[in-house]
Amino acid sequence: MSWLLAGAIVLPLACGVLGLSLRPNRAMQQWVSLVAGIGHLGIATTLLVTVWSDGILVAQIGGWPAPFGITLVADHFSSAMVLITAIMGVATIVYALCDIDQRSLVKDFHPPLQALIGAVCGAFLTGDIFNLYVWFEVMLIASLALLISGGRKAQLDGAVRYAALSLVATTLLLSGIGLLYGMTGTLNMADLHLRVQQVENQGLLSVVAILFIVAFGIKAAVFPLFFWLPASYHTPRVAVSAIFAGLLTKVGVYSMIRVFTLIFTHDVGYTHGILLWTAGLTMVTGVLGAASHNELRRILSFHIISQIGYMVLGLALFTPLALVGAVFYILHHIIVKANLFFVAGATERLSGSSDLKTLGGVYREQPLLAALFFVPAFSLAGLPPLSGFWAKLLVIKASLASQQYWIAAVALAVGLLTMYSMTKIWVNGFWKARPASTEKPAPLSRLDRALLLGPIICLAAITLAIGLWPGPLYDLAERAGHELMAPSNYVEAVLGTSETAALGVGEGAVE
Amino acid sequence: MEAVIAVLVGVLMASSVYLMLRRNLVRFVLGLALISHTANLLIFSSGGLQGTFPPLISPGELEPGPGAANALPQALMLTAIVISFSVFAFLLVLAFRTYQRLETVDPDSMRSAEPVPAEAGMDGPASGGPQ
Amino acid sequence: MNTLILRETTRVLFTLILVFSVATLLRGHDAPGGGFVGGLIASIACSLYVFVADAKDVRRLVRTDPLKTAAAGLALAIVSGLVGILSGGRPFLSGQWVEIGGVKLGTPLLFDFGVYLVVVGAVLTFVLEIKEPASVPPADSDK
Repeated sequence: MSWLLAGAIVLPLACGVLGLSLRPNRAMQQWVSLVAGIGHLGIATTLLVTVWSDGILVAQIGGWPAPFGITLVADHFSSAMVLITAIMGVATIVYALCDIDQRSLVKDFHPPLQALIGAVCGAFLTGDIFNLYVWFEVMLIASLALLISGGRKAQLDGAVRYAALSLVATTLLLSGIGLLYGMTGTLNMADLHLRVQQVENQGLLSVVAILFIVAFGIKAAVFPLFFWLPASYHTPRVAVSAIFAGLLTKVGVYSMIRVFTLIFTHDVGYTHGILLWTAGLTMVTGVLGAASHNELRRILSFHIISQIGYMVLGLALFTPLALVGAVFYILHHIIVKANLFFVAGATERLSGSSDLKTLGGVYREQPLLAALFFVPAFSLAGLPPLSGFWAKLLVIKASLASQQYWIAAVALAVGLLTMYSMTKIWVNGFWKARPASTEKPAPLSRLDRALLLGPIICLAAITLAIGLWPGPLYDLAERAGHELMAPSNYVEAVLGTSETAALGVGEGAVE
Repeated sequence: MEAVIAVLVGVLMASSVYLMLRRNLVRFVLGLALISHTANLLIFSSGGLQGTFPPLISPGELEPGPGAANALPQALMLTAIVISFSVFAFLLVLAFRTYQRLETVDPDSMRSAEPVPAEAGMDGPASGGPQ
Repeated sequence: MNTLILRETTRVLFTLILVFSVATLLRGHDAPGGGFVGGLIASIACSLYVFVADAKDVRRLVRTDPLKTAAAGLALAIVSGLVGILSGGRPFLSGQWVEIGGVKLGTPLLFDFGVYLVVVGAVLTFVLEIKEPASVPPADSDK
């Protein structure tokens, strides 16, 4: 089954290459991309089903055995992330059929999008920390290409900020990896798990851990490293910012969770204590930033930051329940957040504005769109029958169980402020009468409308389904969370031997 | 030898941070180029500096002879150089285009993505909607 | 930049550098060299040509869209990885070898050649991008 792991990465990359060689035929690029997206969805579903029934899947690239070659690993967490990536990919491609059509200035959308999806899956599936860095860089280049295509001033401006901070992050990551290699002599994450326990200089290990916190923190946009995000996410086309909002920061969170459950667990009080403070401040600053803005996508950008805080909180508490909460939160959040960006884009297309000052009357003119906004928006705020409620409940319950009452209070207050922010959009954008100065745009054709609203309806249905039947997703998150807390299974699956044998020079580690 | 490399890494890192803090996009790009070289040097020294022979395996043998350098940090560095090279090329084009379009290299006066509130009313929201 | 000396030396150097780049590519398996270095050397030749000629001339010389060259290189690299899977279900990127007339040819060479094309294509894209005047999108031009 090892082809599944490579396939989840290679298929999108190969289709990106194919799309590139089809230039400048945009119609063909679209169809190739759509077929690839559906194929990728199939692979990702098979991967998750296989992992669910057979346990952790491992593939050794090039046939080189575990601690020496590059390993691909799919456990419950990573395969769930790959599946959600594939879902987002298909939704974005369908949405882009209308959003980025033949007349649009964005010339090459699908090839870098496929490269981005491939790189994100690579980052989720890799079991080698240097390889993780490589995928981060591929992701960076693909996302930069997406960010600047169209070439508007605001896009270039945003892209400079995005590129600058991301490159600092990857350089710090690279330095951290170098130091870690210097201490342990290995790059395989499972092997690292065993070897960091033998490192004598635990203080240096903590320093390296901080380097990783900063590097992944910039990628995940946590306090105080988030400034690139609200500067750039509202500038590109809606389809682009939706997939960015859904996926990219979550790759940072994923890597943080992976590294801080598998490798840096030597001084939980120190490293995870820092993460706890970061989580609290991230939640608060994000939501306050959102409250102060009026443009839809800028508000939503700040909400990404605030929600990242909840996920980091789940990691920082470092109990099984908290990690279950974090995994649940990430999976629910990707769908909800991307969907909100889709809704913002559709509102702009159908009502002619994305600024709360000039927007209005959407509820009367587009009742379906208003209903579709309601589901992800109030799921984000954590209103009961929607998916966000369960996610917040798990994280807050975990913080109460670890007797971190203040952070639970912060999380609840931030939920309330999120509710305020969403109500503000609802009242000003959807309920208020249309201001006289704003002109109504020409209505879209029926097909365009279907392409625009189709992905939104599907994602809203998923949100609703998770909200009404949280059982299956909870089971998945529970398995993933427990796997993260007890990495011995992961290590055994990768190295193929019991822990004690692998502690030798690494010779019996051939699978 | 290790002390020299360590000091060198420190000096390079300090210079690149200095460059990156200047209010000039071109210097920032140069600073980023320098900082990636710093990281490469760090990886290089993390593999240990004792080996003096290239890690080549002579015919008929199964492992390199004594005194061979550690090959893995070199492979990592090579990968990192390739990546930082491509990212640097991309960034150079981005900076050039930004200069052409925004007519400034001072990041403080680039306000297209986040207009100051007073201007925001006049210029309209900086959003990427239908054009 | 565009002096007589540079123009005339480029005429000679262009071919020489390209030949050298291929030599570097081919010796790269177990000696210093390989796809990346070879590609860089080739892209030096192309950059020299960009300096002395118009972007249009260069595009006419290389005939294909440089991005497509890079795409072809990536495709070659992926194919070299798939050979292992297709010939007997080995893992992705396993090396496979055939012997033709005493010369051993293998998938790593294919991979290296792909890297070579990617580097040449990518560098040429960037260099041409800087050389050509920016096209201002109409939506923004009125400010």
